[in-house]
Amino acid sequence: MSASESAAKSKFVLRTNQIQALIDFLRERGYRTAGPTIRDCAVIYDEINNAEQIPLGVADEQEAGFYRVKKRKEAGYFSYVVGAHSWKKFLNPPRFTLWKAKMDNGEMSLVVDEPQAVPHYAFIGVRPCEIAAIAVQDRVYLDGPYVDNLYKERRSAIAIIAVNCAHPGGTCFCVSMDTGPEAKSGFDLALTEIQETNRHLFVATTGSDLGVEIAKALKLEPATPDDIADEAATIKRAAGKMGRKIDTSHINELLQRNEDHPRWNHVGDRCLNCANCTMVCPTCFCMTVEDTTDITGKTAERSRRWDSCFTIEFSHIHGGAVRTSASARYRHWMTHKLASWQDQFGVSGCVGCGRCITWCPVGIDITEEAAAIRASSRGE
Amino acid sequence: MATRPKPKVAVWKFASCDGCQLSLLDCEDELLAVLGEIELAYFPEATRMVVKGPYDISLVEGSITSPHDAERIHKVRRASKKLVTIGACATAGGIQALRNFADVKEYTSIVYASPQYIETLSHSTPIQNHVFVDFELRGCPINKAQLLEVVSAFLHGRKPVTPPHAVCLACKLNGTPCTMVAHGTPCLGPVTHTGCGAICPAFHRGCYGCFGPKETPNTTSLSNQWEKLGVDSATLMRAFRSFNAYAEPFRKESEAHERK
Repeated sequence: MSASESAAKSKFVLRTNQIQALIDFLRERGYRTAGPTIRDCAVIYDEINNAEQIPLGVADEQEAGFYRVKKRKEAGYFSYVVGAHSWKKFLNPPRFTLWKAKMDNGEMSLVVDEPQAVPHYAFIGVRPCEIAAIAVQDRVYLDGPYVDNLYKERRSAIAIIAVNCAHPGGTCFCVSMDTGPEAKSGFDLALTEIQETNRHLFVATTGSDLGVEIAKALKLEPATPDDIADEAATIKRAAGKMGRKIDTSHINELLQRNEDHPRWNHVGDRCLNCANCTMVCPTCFCMTVEDTTDITGKTAERSRRWDSCFTIEFSHIHGGAVRTSASARYRHWMTHKLASWQDQFGVSGCVGCGRCITWCPVGIDITEEAAAIRASSRGE
Repeated sequence: MATRPKPKVAVWKFASCDGCQLSLLDCEDELLAVLGEIELAYFPEATRMVVKGPYDISLVEGSITSPHDAERIHKVRRASKKLVTIGACATAGGIQALRNFADVKEYTSIVYASPQYIETLSHSTPIQNHVFVDFELRGCPINKAQLLEVVSAFLHGRKPVTPPHAVCLACKLNGTPCTMVAHGTPCLGPVTHTGCGAICPAFHRGCYGCFGPKETPNTTSLSNQWEKLGVDSATLMRAFRSFNAYAEPFRKESEAHERK
């Protein structure tokens, strides 16, 4: 940790009636504010400019293939965990036109539209596992020899207001993946919601110069030793309430040497190869490029969109697709996520957010699959 | 520069509701551009004018349900350089393929006063069962943006962008949470070919499977999950037995539930 970072890590108290002031401050600083809100029966991420858009007094029930939003007695602002969306939709838009070209009298030229300003987002309510996921995507898009400019432009402009988790969900396993329930770095300001009878506040930890500026501008009071003790207790309680766990010891070698394990066929029989897991995963980064023309053939367009290793076209090469069976596609995805990702990017591709378990329409559970393979692993 | 003649396009109707060929006329904003690029050589729904074949592109709507049509489709094929089938009738037999699961003679005797005048086949079958088809465009009805895409692709000799994966991808690209997971609404999206824009789930309804089976559909696993959501066999059978009832994966799945 650098000197400036450690100096920045001070703890303050943010009152619940200051959330609007926080949003207003970020907007005045030129950010578009995005955060959790409810739509289509789920907590999703969207642009918000009003504290009332944040789901107050809402809990989520999550199990394999199951998600329900519920009312809870205590009116907390962040008493649910990650929902149907992830922040990647802001950093790598699901659909994006890369360029257009036109043909005039046999001459091709690029159509240069008015340059669109890259949106500067302040993400409010980023969970520790999601900060880890953004760090994983940074390695994919920014750290290799080929930097993805579309991601870079968006990523470099964001502010992160993190929220540490007090109420982990039924499919959460960030403790196993060492990504939560407390954000250690990678935020501008991190909030921990303390909720007791007659006491409802946020302990706010600054993580950057912007965080310090926020504390100053909102005139946040320093946190008392009691507040800090309550924060630690809240996070400790949360760490003990993980709905799932996964044994990650030597998981790279474990999966690599079990490529013929019968469990792959078992999961292949259930897998719909519908791609939901990859779409909701905050680290899955695959995309495809599509070329089209208009009816006149004088305008061509190249666009990119999210793709998934669960589709046939994904591995289509001359002669056909490489992974035709669902079991081969599931094995490829899970082995990449938990194992070969480490060889490729130096970290696990899984951050333990549990989305792939919750949002699988048939409830396939990556922790259960990994445990089943470990239980009857081939060789050592 | 000499202007080359515009490609001749014909639109043919077999057993169908006309909805898919109407999609071409629905291209209101694009219609003038379309007519600037092609010559509508045969399209009785739009014009009485008929230009003789051969045709560069034939769009074929409808399924084969009569001996007369079973012969006529061969004439269409012979007159067409490229033959593109449009819609669930032409690509899977349509809703009228429900006859394939019943006794047509019995039906005609009940429906018609003089059934002896009815000349019909026992099965409603897709065009590809009769002649070579260059491209199939799915949907009940087809999506007009996809129709424009396919016609554009054929005019300019490129591959149409009409991916065969699940509706789920379109839902997720749109930001629509899964209806099965978020509110327990059974949905055919995970086994259905994308292309409609994932309209129904955006309105909290499950997919009806209008675009037929996707690539490698796992209908058995989806049915098991529907049963967990409280759907009985009779409902499951009907869900798979609609506009694309005779598409192989849907047919097999509906038959599996019929036996239960």
